[in-house]
Amino acid sequence: MTTATDSRPGAVRRQRPVSPWLFLAPGLLIVSAFSLYPFLSTLGNAFTDNRTLVPGGFVGLANFRELLHDDMFWTGLRNSVLYVAVTVPLLVLLPLLLAMLVRRHVPGITFFRSAFYTPVVASVVVVGLIWVWLLDDRGLVNGILEALGASPVSFLSDPWLLLLSAMLLTVWKGLGYYMIIYLAALTNVPRELHEAAAVDGAGALRRFVTVTVPALRNTMVLVGALSSVSAFKVFSEVYLLAGENGGPAGEDTTLVLLVQQVGTGLNGRVGYASAISVVVFALTLGLMLLVLRANRKEDS
Amino acid sequence: MRPTATAPAPHAGDGHRDEETAHRARPRGRRRRGAGFSDGRKLPVWQLLLRYALLLAVLALMIGPFLWQLSTSLKGPGEDIYSYPPQLLPEDWTWDAYSGVARIIPVWDYALNSLTVAVASVLTNLLGASLAGYALARLRFRGRKAALVVFVMAMLVPLESIIIAQFTLMRELGLNNTLTGVVLPGAVGAMNVLLMRNAFSHLPYEVEEAALVDGANVWQRFWRIALPSVKGTLAVVAIFAFMAAWDDFLWPLIVLSDPDNFTLTVGLNYLHGTFADNQRLVAAGTIIAVVPLIVMFACLQRYFFRGVSEGAVKG
Repeated sequence: MTTATDSRPGAVRRQRPVSPWLFLAPGLLIVSAFSLYPFLSTLGNAFTDNRTLVPGGFVGLANFRELLHDDMFWTGLRNSVLYVAVTVPLLVLLPLLLAMLVRRHVPGITFFRSAFYTPVVASVVVVGLIWVWLLDDRGLVNGILEALGASPVSFLSDPWLLLLSAMLLTVWKGLGYYMIIYLAALTNVPRELHEAAAVDGAGALRRFVTVTVPALRNTMVLVGALSSVSAFKVFSEVYLLAGENGGPAGEDTTLVLLVQQVGTGLNGRVGYASAISVVVFALTLGLMLLVLRANRKEDS
Repeated sequence: MRPTATAPAPHAGDGHRDEETAHRARPRGRRRRGAGFSDGRKLPVWQLLLRYALLLAVLALMIGPFLWQLSTSLKGPGEDIYSYPPQLLPEDWTWDAYSGVARIIPVWDYALNSLTVAVASVLTNLLGASLAGYALARLRFRGRKAALVVFVMAMLVPLESIIIAQFTLMRELGLNNTLTGVVLPGAVGAMNVLLMRNAFSHLPYEVEEAALVDGANVWQRFWRIALPSVKGTLAVVAIFAFMAAWDDFLWPLIVLSDPDNFTLTVGLNYLHGTFADNQRLVAAGTIIAVVPLIVMFACLQRYFFRGVSEGAVKG
């Protein structure tokens, strides 16, 4: 802010070249300092053995070589991939069905739409703790199971059930968000197509498959991309349900959970955590490109 | 918009039309009530009943957990919260758990910390994003493309993959374990900049040109003419910045170490870790954390929905 005094009224016929940069300064400063610079330093750190309190030195590919032999890394990678594989199909399909359910302006529909969106608004910590209580050995879900004559399930101690519960929590919390995206897109499906199909005798299911789904394909790809990227980076749901170590013996850990565990604390292995972060970044990017590519191939 | 909509949108172009039409078709609940269906077709009665049955079933799934938590937090000391069959409503209800949770953790201080962080984040995002967005949309200067690229790249970097480097940076700046450190990385969201840029570039040029002829300088045109015309997008940015900051967990968990400085989400996690077996207290804490946002959402619902479509399309 030292060079410009561009605020004299009446002085501006031609823009002074400096004022645009004053407009941009706060934003550029923040994103450069707190997104781009950390990104570059993550790339750099990945090749060092830096620790939180002890600066280390360049170690070449040692961190990445260690990753290959680190069981926790493979567990985390497996769980993150599973997370995508389970939650994404559900998050592409269920919100679409939900959007079709709330599409019509029947009385009270605004209330229902808002209510379905509530889990999106709540913090993941809040809904995580609510689920911990629901899924407790003596919680409401087991109470209902018992009432139905089933035997109680220990959702929160078996590693696989824990992971599954976290996935369902992610789906439950995301439903309303993607529902709104689909709702906006549904208004663009031409009604004539539906009516023509109905005249031809196509039932509701057939019309859904032959008219609605093709018309919404772009939106479905968008939802798939958004939900897969966020599922791959899952942290909070697993952390809250399975605990900071990622479940019994770390069986439920995910890549981001591993980054947080390895990289923080007084003895945090910044270098090694950065190497995992680079893997997270590369795979996220790869995932995005994969989704887009799949879309383009269908186009041609 | 950290938790919800930071992921990049693969195809920004064709989604825009969706959004425009969606606005027009958006529900105006009360006005529509009783006026029949928007598309003019009547549903047969059995279909209508089936629809409501489904709506109510989903409602129970989506809202039920919150109500169960509320009910748990209100149950009296004499009531068995583990009773079988489950007791849905508190019989002998009391606020005890709320004062109880405040005795164990400074929950009101945590709420104040969360509020401070959220309000600060709203202000910095409104200011930073609208300034930068205006320059990108309206001013001609060398380097504009490059500046745009910086924001787009910043948006593509997944937050989770740089969190350790952000923490190291905060330590170097001496800002770890401070609320400033919590706010700074999200102070001007790259996506908010792009949202504002988009809003400004859809304004008609004529008004600003008239002001230019009248001798208004760039700050005056920004402040008096352009900014008041994008109030809707400003509201979206404000709401999502507030929600993102209030709900954020991973970053405050990493940057805050002293329990005195915790925000609500980190404080609740701490409460859960330390007093996991006292469900009433945890329930009261979660209700305290979620009620402000639910109230905000109830009042400003259409901006939330608008933000989702804009964010998803642009984001």
